[in-house]
Amino acid sequence: MTIASSSPPSRLPAGGAAEARSKPRTRRTEGGERRGDGRLAAVFIAPALLGFLVFLLWPTLRGIYLSFTRFNLLTPAEWVGLDNYVRMVNDPIFWDSLTVTVEYVVINIGVQTVAALAIAVLLQRLTQSAMLRGIVLTPYLMSNVVAGLVWLWILDTQLGIGNEIISALGADRIPFLADETWAIPTIALINVWRHVGYTALLLFAGLQAIPNDMYEAARVDGASEWRMFWRITMPLLRPVLAVVLIMTVIGSFQVFDTVAVTTAGGPANATNVLQYYIYGSAFGRFQFGYASAMSVALLIVLSAITILQYRLTRAGRTDLG
Amino acid sequence: MAAVTTTTSTTLRPVRRRRFPFGRAAAWTVMGLIVLITLLPFYWILRTALSTNAGLNADPTNPLPVDLTTSGFERALGMQSAEEAVAQGGAGGGLDFWRYLLNSVLVSTLITGCQLFFSAMAAYAFSRLRWRGRDAVFGLFLAGMMVPTIFTLLPNFVLIKQLHLVDTLLGIALPTMFMAPFAVFFLRQFFMNIPREVEEAALLDGAGKVKIFFRVVLPMASTPIVTLGVLTYITSWNDYFWPLMVSYSDSSRVLTVALAIFRAQTPATGVDWSGLMAATLIAALPMLVLFACFARRIVSSIGFTGIK
Repeated sequence: MTIASSSPPSRLPAGGAAEARSKPRTRRTEGGERRGDGRLAAVFIAPALLGFLVFLLWPTLRGIYLSFTRFNLLTPAEWVGLDNYVRMVNDPIFWDSLTVTVEYVVINIGVQTVAALAIAVLLQRLTQSAMLRGIVLTPYLMSNVVAGLVWLWILDTQLGIGNEIISALGADRIPFLADETWAIPTIALINVWRHVGYTALLLFAGLQAIPNDMYEAARVDGASEWRMFWRITMPLLRPVLAVVLIMTVIGSFQVFDTVAVTTAGGPANATNVLQYYIYGSAFGRFQFGYASAMSVALLIVLSAITILQYRLTRAGRTDLG
Repeated sequence: MAAVTTTTSTTLRPVRRRRFPFGRAAAWTVMGLIVLITLLPFYWILRTALSTNAGLNADPTNPLPVDLTTSGFERALGMQSAEEAVAQGGAGGGLDFWRYLLNSVLVSTLITGCQLFFSAMAAYAFSRLRWRGRDAVFGLFLAGMMVPTIFTLLPNFVLIKQLHLVDTLLGIALPTMFMAPFAVFFLRQFFMNIPREVEEAALLDGAGKVKIFFRVVLPMASTPIVTLGVLTYITSWNDYFWPLMVSYSDSSRVLTVALAIFRAQTPATGVDWSGLMAATLIAALPMLVLFACFARRIVSSIGFTGIK
């Protein structure tokens, strides 16, 4: 730190800085300063780099290593080659949980994207109110645990207000979270409730980048709001939409908290999503190697989806300008 | 379609105005519905928390609290004796929510404070200092953003266990304490936009790079730093999976985990909804207050946080 504070230009008057730079003597001190930068940079980067290496890079490599071992935390990891992967391929519960996860992701992302887009467009075309944007964001402040519990209560078969309304309308009560067919869609929609505002604001930010005179011009030409949406908003929003989609799909695949507090994987494994199965294998049955192998599988699925989505939606390119 | 009814473009506007209110009214109705779905659950938490369990059973649809009482909160905060709690429909087992609240505050503050500071230091090194290999290291950090968190959780647990930090607050905080690739990336963007002249002027005044970081760069970037801080605080406060893995006992239990345990303790038949919703409110309220203080700033910068 003393190295940096010893930089000599301090004596020079403001106007002389550029002049002084041309002199060879100052150039040498500038070189010294750069070396000083290097040492200072090392100090400044050290904590973050330590965190990165120890808690991100090392675990990533170790996770891959562990997936080739039998490991129960108590005895040292024992190399078993591809055993965990062979077991995974032959494990019907793994395939079930993957199917359930995909079902969750499709419902969650499908509904969320459409709803977020609708909210974003309404926010842009109706009003720019910051308060409204704030309200839309409120569920995002809740933890998944809180969101799960609130909806568990609202959708309760006996006393939940949701079912009270349904029965007041003359329909049969729906055991939303206790029924095999309803459980996954219900959990997916609960998470839509929590995340849709955040997604909408991301899309809203994308909408803000579309020049307003495009809408003005279209309106002069007599275009309807509906037509403007399909001809202006959608094409110009596409790159942003693609990035948001990639982000939300990756997040969606990692569903865990809501399942853990509402259904705990049940009924009859109907909501045993991949992360829940991984967690159970590791902490319920202490099969850390097998759990790691499934994490690697999840990582591969996510990478593949990301690349595919990026390609399909040409996320890198913009139609603007 | 409106254009069909009029032939000149000058009369187009009034016609559009006459036609528009239908669409606008429909749009506002949808917007109102969205606000309702968004906010109603919050009211329902409050209404339930202030009711008695007996009252909820007798009158489930009453929009107001049934038999207005704070008994649910007393139960959640462990201010009721076991017999009293069971009589009110709660579980006899005690959960010390004050303690979990304190744990949550400690963990979130530790993570947010350290992560912001270390990430800011790194961002400064990446944006305002010149050194060899800078771009390569930064590229590595960026690649770190792509690794899904689930993937590092199991190996990190093994590591924390080997460090004998399981069931400690430090163990919960450690993995995210030093940096988040996103935080570094986010702050670097702002630091890069600080004009060179400002830095040069400070250099001429005899300030060193360290002093420039503390006296010039940090104050100039205070707005994005506060925004990032609030978002980090909310994220670490709401985290459930990692604390669930790491904490086993009261000493390191945070609110999200405690809440799930509170739920698991209540009997499957005749759940203590009043107590559960009171506990939910206790867990959620601090973030609502925090958000209320910074709402405008956060809302207007969300776009930036998500997409560069």
